[in-house]
Amino acid sequence: MRLKLHIWRQKNANDGGSFATYARDDVSPDMSFLEMLDVLNEELIESGEEPVAFDHDCREGICGSCGVMINGSAHGPESGTATCQLHMRKFRDGDEIRVEPFRSRAFPILKDLVVDRSPFDEIIGAGGYISVNTGSAPEANLIPVPRDDAERAMDAAECIGCGACVAQCPNGAAQLFTSAKISHLAELPQGRPERFARATKMVEVMESYFGSCTNFAECEAVCPKGISIDFIAQMNREYLRSRFK
Amino acid sequence: MSWIGKTYGSALGKKAAMALSGLLLVGFVLGHMAGNLKAFLGAEKYNGYADWLREMGSPLLPHNGALWIARVVLLGAVLVHIHSAWSLTRLSRKARPKRYYTLTAQQATYASRTMRWGGVIILLFVLYHLAHFTWGMSWAHPDFEPGNVHRNFVEGFRVWWVVAIYVVAQVALGFHLFHGFWSAFQTLGLNHERVNAWRRPLALSIALVVSLGNISLAVSVLMGWVS
Ligand code: FES
Repeated sequence: MRLKLHIWRQKNANDGGSFATYARDDVSPDMSFLEMLDVLNEELIESGEEPVAFDHDCREGICGSCGVMINGSAHGPESGTATCQLHMRKFRDGDEIRVEPFRSRAFPILKDLVVDRSPFDEIIGAGGYISVNTGSAPEANLIPVPRDDAERAMDAAECIGCGACVAQCPNGAAQLFTSAKISHLAELPQGRPERFARATKMVEVMESYFGSCTNFAECEAVCPKGISIDFIAQMNREYLRSRFK
Repeated sequence: MSWIGKTYGSALGKKAAMALSGLLLVGFVLGHMAGNLKAFLGAEKYNGYADWLREMGSPLLPHNGALWIARVVLLGAVLVHIHSAWSLTRLSRKARPKRYYTLTAQQATYASRTMRWGGVIILLFVLYHLAHFTWGMSWAHPDFEPGNVHRNFVEGFRVWWVVAIYVVAQVALGFHLFHGFWSAFQTLGLNHERVNAWRRPLALSIALVVSLGNISLAVSVLMGWVS
């Protein structure tokens, strides 16, 4: 395949950055998007240029490290996949592809396509856990969990924290991420004792970094795990109820 | 009271205030439209309805009492709605200082993407509408006759461009209601597997009923079906 890539290049956090264009003419349709960038980088290194920096780790859609904007869509044109799971056969011969980093005030660009998503860690730190005494692991079947609750909790827990929801949101809001993290604990008996304090604290941190949701549902469309905006409604309910506690 | 201030201090609290004030205003536009359909029943019934609005709640409330309570409550709701929208918009603008070269729309509806400017259009229209039929300002309604509601209504819609303004505004209102009403459910956390499927159709019905009902009034006068 012949492709023309416009990739955002930025030396460091303080650099202004700009797009650089790379013509590719022997891209295999079987490559993943990141492999395609790997090959480009090898050539750049050989010719003494700086390779394109991008985040990645597991390359199978479970770690949440990867993530770039591809032609204006977080993780690219295919739904339900992370950037690492996107294959070049989803593009057509002769396509122009624009690759940009996730943009948010909360996610400063460190280099090229790499952004710092640590505000997500801060949201988790504010309440995305349960308080238990350490020691030997408790017997798993001591606390019964209704099947539907468990299913919902698992659906929410699928979130890999990649930040695509923030990146796609025209408001730069982090509702989908935060709501998934709040909901997966609120659905389970182990998470319930702290649910309202959790909602209050996590929302507070979220609002100090991110924009305000207007229910566009753009996040849901690009989420590699297909997290539903139903969880956003659940978070709103948790938060509003916490105001009466 | 401090918990209200604290809740409104948060973005989710502001969203909830926007949803609640919005639902109140949805109730108003529904009632306003339904009441005005009485214009189709002739001058006597329509003017009688207007008189009844002024006497509502008597003898407990004085003449015009209920009307003024409603006006104050509505004004309060409008102010909350606008203030929350304004400050949340600013929060979102700040959240992405550097824009994308391209940001491809995924599944956001046209209605959801026009909430802010649609709201501005509706606000301007409401001011015009008040000047037209409530304050009867001469630039907006040259033949205004205080108290003669049916005559003002018929004279007011004889001009085609006035009707055009109303039609455009009602289309904007319809879109605003379609997203706003559905969105209020999300914002207030009112979701449940059994009701989720009904939220969109309900929002669509309210949007259509309100805007088509209002449009039918203005257009009927222009076409000479009501006089
Ligand atoms: S690299 Fe782990 S999810 Fe893509």
